[in-house]
Amino acid sequence: MNVQKVRKDFPNLAIKVRGVPLVYLDNAATTFKPEAVINTIDEHYRHGTSNVHRGVHYLSEHATLAFEGARRKVRKFLNARSEHEIIFTRGSTESINLVAQSYGGTFLKPGDEIIISHMEHHSNIVPWQMLCDRNGCILKVVPINDDGEFIFGEYLKLLSPKTKLVSVVYVSNSLGTVNPVKKIIEAAHAKGAKVLIDAAQAVTHTAIDVQALDCDFLVFSGHKIFGPTGVGVLYGKEELLNEMPPVQGGGDMIKSVTFARTTYNVLPYKFEAGTPAVAEVIGLGAAIDYVQAIGLPAMAAHKKELLAYGTKMLSAVSGLRLIGTAKEKTSILSFVIEGIHPHDLGTIVDEQGVAIRTGHHCTQPVMDRFGVPATARASLAFYNTKEELDVLVKAISRAKEIFHA
Amino acid sequence: MRDELYQQTILEHNRHPRNFNKLEGATHTAEGYNPLCGDHLWVFMKINKQNVIEEAAFEGSGCAISKASASMMTTAIKGKSVDEAKVLFREFHDLVIGQLKPDEKPNHLGKLAVFSGIWQYPSRVKCASLSWHTMNGSLEKKASISTE
Repeated sequence: MNVQKVRKDFPNLAIKVRGVPLVYLDNAATTFKPEAVINTIDEHYRHGTSNVHRGVHYLSEHATLAFEGARRKVRKFLNARSEHEIIFTRGSTESINLVAQSYGGTFLKPGDEIIISHMEHHSNIVPWQMLCDRNGCILKVVPINDDGEFIFGEYLKLLSPKTKLVSVVYVSNSLGTVNPVKKIIEAAHAKGAKVLIDAAQAVTHTAIDVQALDCDFLVFSGHKIFGPTGVGVLYGKEELLNEMPPVQGGGDMIKSVTFARTTYNVLPYKFEAGTPAVAEVIGLGAAIDYVQAIGLPAMAAHKKELLAYGTKMLSAVSGLRLIGTAKEKTSILSFVIEGIHPHDLGTIVDEQGVAIRTGHHCTQPVMDRFGVPATARASLAFYNTKEELDVLVKAISRAKEIFHA
Repeated sequence: MRDELYQQTILEHNRHPRNFNKLEGATHTAEGYNPLCGDHLWVFMKINKQNVIEEAAFEGSGCAISKASASMMTTAIKGKSVDEAKVLFREFHDLVIGQLKPDEKPNHLGKLAVFSGIWQYPSRVKCASLSWHTMNGSLEKKASISTE
């Protein structure tokens, strides 16, 4: 993979901010979009605008084909058995909430246990807390060690016949930890529990095969895989999705409606009430094409190099402490610097064009675990370079000068 | 180019915050929290019968902006009457959102004018105003208690 060449695919990489070239290191928050995605959406709005699944006219048929074509691409991307198993949502958060409300709300009873891990994003904590409040279920949390790794032995201790659902993140957004999801799923299934995998950060890290993993649900967001915001995916095993009631009623999710009785549509439409994000779904399809054309292994190899380089460079900064040092990790570098609050650091490096995220990254329990109010986080995509990491390190030095840290 | 945010006064107050302690015998205490960034502080005041703020202090954790702002606020309101502190709150509020230009309009801000450039950093305005909102909130709360 030629990094300089792929960078040209992303117009947003070429901009200047505050008079200097942008160094974008906030890819765990959202990724930039390649021309292929931008053009696909542009083309849809210029010459292909239509609602889907409705009209018999040319444009509607055309848009429906493109929309369902994107679903086929997602199915193939995840290696799901059937397109019935691919539900389009607004994002990972909505996908998790859908499972919590529909599956959890129907099949979980008072006293049933749900297991999550200490490194979950708030979106994989709060929906389960809400479910527990409603249903009287109990939430259990698998602890993490000082490197930010999932403690498998503690997980096994928490698993019991009471466990009905395990919901864990594949790749942590604030620590970069890659969890042993296959083992986690096997252990849960041995106790008869279902498993949801939050793959929001994982889809750009590794190829995902939902059949090989044997997960029951898996979620991801379009915008973290170089696609548009406003679209995400819920994968679910067909037999589970069939048993689950819809959470929203409206158009497209019905077979027939009378005032006396309404029957629901088949999968996947049962869960897609209302006009979907047509342009975004088609754009997501283009993003998946783009990722597959470059190749996830090539991206991963480059990011591995970046991670090693970034880890080395940041570790050499005096007073800098990396948060998240798992053996298996992706190109996310969370850190704190003695004497400089992450927000001050974020503002100072921003003056030099460097975009990093500072804060709790929607993982407040992780911050508590490491005893920090916030961290600075550089999250790298396959289009980042070592030179950009050098700019970050230089910007950090500037902050240290200002703060005499 | 934006004005330099991290001026020496701010850096100095961050390194050596004034009145950075819990105040024993405080008549007013309030907690300020910004869930967005995790800044978390407590403001303490001792207000006498003449409604004069005899003592003001704070503790907690936060970024340099929030810490320096709290430090300078406690220094500024010490010895002021409650009404004067409220005027200062209003002026500081207008300052950090860029609606009060200290050079153009008479005001009581003094050294606090060092925050005059912060409106150019929209994500940091709340850092500067957290302690002030906390202080003002505790005054308001006292007012509401006294009317019962």
